[in-house]
Amino acid sequence: MKFTLSDEQRQFAQALRDALKQSTAWETLLALGVHEVETAPDLVVAFLELGRAAVPGPVVESFAVLREPKATLAWPPHVPYIVDEAEDTYAIVDGVRHRAIPEEPRKSVDPTRRLHTFRLGEAIDQIDAEAFNRGVLACSAQLIGLGRTLLERTRDYALQRKQFGKTIGSFQAVKHQLADVHVALELAEPLVFGAAVTLNTRDVSAAKIAAGTAAYQAMRTALQVHGAIGYTSELDLSRWMLKVRALVTAWGTEAYHRERLMAALCP
Amino acid sequence: MDLDDTDLEFRREVRTWLHDNLPGPLSSMDTAGGFEQHREWERTLAKARLSAVSWPEEHGGRNASLTQWLVFEEEYWAAGAPGRVAQNGIFLLAPTLYAHGTEEQQNRLLPRMARAEDIWAQAWSEPEAGSDLAAIRSRGVRTDGGWLLTGQKTWSSRAAFADKGFGLFRTDPEAERHRGLTYFLFDLRAPGVTVRPIPQLDGEAGFAEIFLDEVFVPDADVLGEPGAGWRVAMSTAGNERGLSLRSPGRFCAAADRLLKLWREVGDPADTALRNKVLDAWMGAQAYRLHVFGSLDRPIGAEASVTKLFWSQLDLSLHETALELLGPNAELAGQPGSWLDGYLFALAGPIYAGTNEIQRNVVAERLLGLPR
Ligand SMILES: Cc1cc2nc3c(=O)[nH]c(=O)nc-3n(C[C@H](O)[C@H](O)[C@H](O)COP(=O)(O)OP(=O)(O)OC[C@H]3O[C@@H](n4cnc5c(N)ncnc54)[C@H](O)[C@@H]3O)c2cc1C
Repeated sequence: MKFTLSDEQRQFAQALRDALKQSTAWETLLALGVHEVETAPDLVVAFLELGRAAVPGPVVESFAVLREPKATLAWPPHVPYIVDEAEDTYAIVDGVRHRAIPEEPRKSVDPTRRLHTFRLGEAIDQIDAEAFNRGVLACSAQLIGLGRTLLERTRDYALQRKQFGKTIGSFQAVKHQLADVHVALELAEPLVFGAAVTLNTRDVSAAKIAAGTAAYQAMRTALQVHGAIGYTSELDLSRWMLKVRALVTAWGTEAYHRERLMAALCP
Repeated sequence: MDLDDTDLEFRREVRTWLHDNLPGPLSSMDTAGGFEQHREWERTLAKARLSAVSWPEEHGGRNASLTQWLVFEEEYWAAGAPGRVAQNGIFLLAPTLYAHGTEEQQNRLLPRMARAEDIWAQAWSEPEAGSDLAAIRSRGVRTDGGWLLTGQKTWSSRAAFADKGFGLFRTDPEAERHRGLTYFLFDLRAPGVTVRPIPQLDGEAGFAEIFLDEVFVPDADVLGEPGAGWRVAMSTAGNERGLSLRSPGRFCAAADRLLKLWREVGDPADTALRNKVLDAWMGAQAYRLHVFGSLDRPIGAEASVTKLFWSQLDLSLHETALELLGPNAELAGQPGSWLDGYLFALAGPIYAGTNEIQRNVVAERLLGLPR
């Protein structure tokens, strides 16, 4: 599978990256046309950037799954609560899209992610067959983006923080951890782009497993290398770290995707 | 994969040819007899112009694109074809010759290499210079029409059976460490050369020490400029770590065999082992996609990323297979077996620059951390 970004994709990514540095508000996303993204590879390009910027809100649910400017959903058992808030809220049960009425709020490990239990409303229509995989794919791309920022910020910190009279980035014990994170992210991303081309269950599950593992490694390393300052919520690093933690189990746990992957490889 | 009709036609041709010409199991290429069997196989490949498909036709290749070369590799390993005894020449020295060699050197050396008339050994490491390659002491001294090489090289793969060697020698003892080095090509049977085999982990003479005592090398066998050997050598290192030595084809083939083994003997309830099987498949897939996605980029420090990845992938893939085989995993003496592959994979994190050194390269050159 050969995948190289087109010039338009590169420009779109750059525009998103620049804009999201200023603001991660929903209006910014709409202004840049994230809700109009059509193909799965473009979705990956966009969600890598949404991940890099740790954009809050029901981005996967709205843009990747429902393909609406702003809506959200629950999809039990893998997305058991309605994610965040929107005017239109749905629940997918047995492939059928229902209206869903939010009830109790539930707290997520990621404070920017608000969850709600729900009451099932009227059935509307059948959800398209690829919707779930699009959700998993977008979530995977977001994880890679989160991991990239965690790595970059940790590198920057390692260049600046001094102990024993040297920057901590000159210690091999630190360097080697960061090198391992870099390798993990570099080799997880092709699986995500590969899955965008086929959008089949096998490749999408592999992408989620690899992206989740790499992002989680980036998160653990980021915390360790930052030391105690990383453990504070004053340093906004926690936005990235806690979102990784939430997304690693959202849209199908690793165990679930491994089941699916094995079933696809050894039918 | 974006393959066009020519690529697909090439894939079919290679597949059919391998099907018709594949030899039975060969003895280990780390034995004198096995080495010759492998050389014979290289000649068979060369006759079909399949020993170095990406080279120009006048050197024995087919002018194949990189994509086609990867296709060749996929078919080669999927067919279960023998390891490449000529690999040090074809995959390490040849790219260096194309980058730094003269036309005369290319025309003289490459066709012989393609036909396995010369099998090359890499003579880089020395007893006091492993990871710190620039610490080499073997030296070259100017003489009439050439140089006299003196010193000791070690860990040279299959030098006990090979024909020629390539390596670095210190030609200017006054110059700064990385400056006074020259890259020489020499004959392993020239007067003054003594080769002492060193048995590897499995007892076979996979390694050798090379002692050189005033070995004459003509000027024509200096690769690149005298004194510029370090830069020339680093282009070889990129190839060793990067894709040319370790194309994804072999890992994809091994991962497929691992899945087959799992279907035959795996216990579905053993999810821990199942997960290792899946990781191996995903790793091979990721490496393949990564390689296809980076074909148009030059090899640089990024080769250290892939070296770290494939060496770890290779090892865990084989460890997983041995775990699946259970008590039968210890059965030795079958070339091409999982155990055989495992013993080879164990060396992956050491050769081509140890993984610790590669992590330093990634951290310093790709992430910008201080030395
Ligand atoms: C199967 C096999 C085939 C080989 N074939 C060839 C061949 O054909 N030709 C050839 O020339 N050589 C060959 N080699 C040799 C290989 O290139 C060297 O083994 C390698 O460069 C490491 O050198 P060393 O063994 O001297 O280890 P050392 O350099 O002594 O290293 C020992 C340990 O210290 C660690 N270390 C050293 N420096 C650092 C550092 N700065 N930071 C962190 N850790 C460090 C290393 O990572 C390693 O773990 C082969 C080796 C093997 C195993």
